[in-house]
Amino acid sequence: MAYLRAFGCYLPSRVVNNAELAPLVGVEPAWLLQATGIEQRRYAAAEETVASLGTRAAVDCLEANGLSARDVGLVIAASGSGERRFPGPAAAIGSALGMGGVPAIDLPMASAGSLFGLSLASRLCRDYGNVLVVASEIMSRTVRLDPAGRDTAILFGDGAGACVVSAESGFAKVADSLLCSDAEFGEALRLDLDSPLHMDGRTIILQAARKMPRAIADLLERNHLPAGAVDTFLMHQANLHLITRVAAALAVPETRFYRNVARYGNTSSASMVIAATEWWRERGGRWEGPVVFAAFGAGLHWGALLAVGQASGSPTA
Amino acid sequence: METQSRIVELIRTVAGKPVSPAPDESLFESGLLDSFTLPDLVAALESEFAIRIPDSDLTPRKFDSVTRIEKYLQGRS
Repeated sequence: MAYLRAFGCYLPSRVVNNAELAPLVGVEPAWLLQATGIEQRRYAAAEETVASLGTRAAVDCLEANGLSARDVGLVIAASGSGERRFPGPAAAIGSALGMGGVPAIDLPMASAGSLFGLSLASRLCRDYGNVLVVASEIMSRTVRLDPAGRDTAILFGDGAGACVVSAESGFAKVADSLLCSDAEFGEALRLDLDSPLHMDGRTIILQAARKMPRAIADLLERNHLPAGAVDTFLMHQANLHLITRVAAALAVPETRFYRNVARYGNTSSASMVIAATEWWRERGGRWEGPVVFAAFGAGLHWGALLAVGQASGSPTA
Repeated sequence: METQSRIVELIRTVAGKPVSPAPDESLFESGLLDSFTLPDLVAALESEFAIRIPDSDLTPRKFDSVTRIEKYLQGRS
């Protein structure tokens, strides 16, 4: 058995609104908002790193939930925007938290990284105890902030999220997860060495609009749960229009899909956990009914995870 | 109704405009379709022509003009 025990996040303090970004990439702020549903995003400061953002999110996650570094047996860090080929940020995050000696695994994945991390953690926690899943991205450094980079620059922002997955207790039980990977369209979204982010948006949206609803539907079907019975969908915050299409494909009201993409843009792997953190805190820690996490990203990798909460909001065992 | 007319009717529906694209006109370059109306068009084609388009066929190029769409549908029949 695995439980979600804590969420946390960190957003850099610098707010970049559409009025600031739009002229850099040669569009009107109103067009940018209409095309993406994004009003603003955060950019990391020059001295911040993927590991430092991830560490801040992990501290928020642990401290806000009465946990300490001693409670963690494994770190999994997802990031597609690390500053170097290796080592990735996982060990640095662990060390910064005082977890020297605790194993740390990097998932060098982009947008689906946190979903894969949560799913793996739900299995590994039986052997390692509490697993700290961190997703951290500085996407602003992967895009061109000029007209040539318009199609990617308008989407992405920086941020980090964290979650503790426990084998013993938590506010929601991880009931099931479904992960998928296929490289057939992998070239359509990639970050090559020494090149800006490449994204064939039409292909990616076309694939995501098909694969995400199907993964969610398959997961729910094998758990004998209709989509309409899901309390909340916590989806990778890629783009407002994609979220609305996934909702439509599942015949679920858009209001069931938590959205904060307008405030942070697409923070790749971090977005789903940042959304989960805000959703959970806005509810005062109450987790009622089934919740579906879902993500899609470079690879291509995609999938969904079902977590079932308790009405009391208190930890369950 | 012939295939091209049915395709144009679907394009009008997803674009939300009474458009009349030329058979070989790029639906993307002309602004009639974008990244987010393309999935809507694919779903509409599946429904209208009672077919299931596999993921491997979901490339924008196949759906970039009325002629290309018609050619794809003919290949499926």
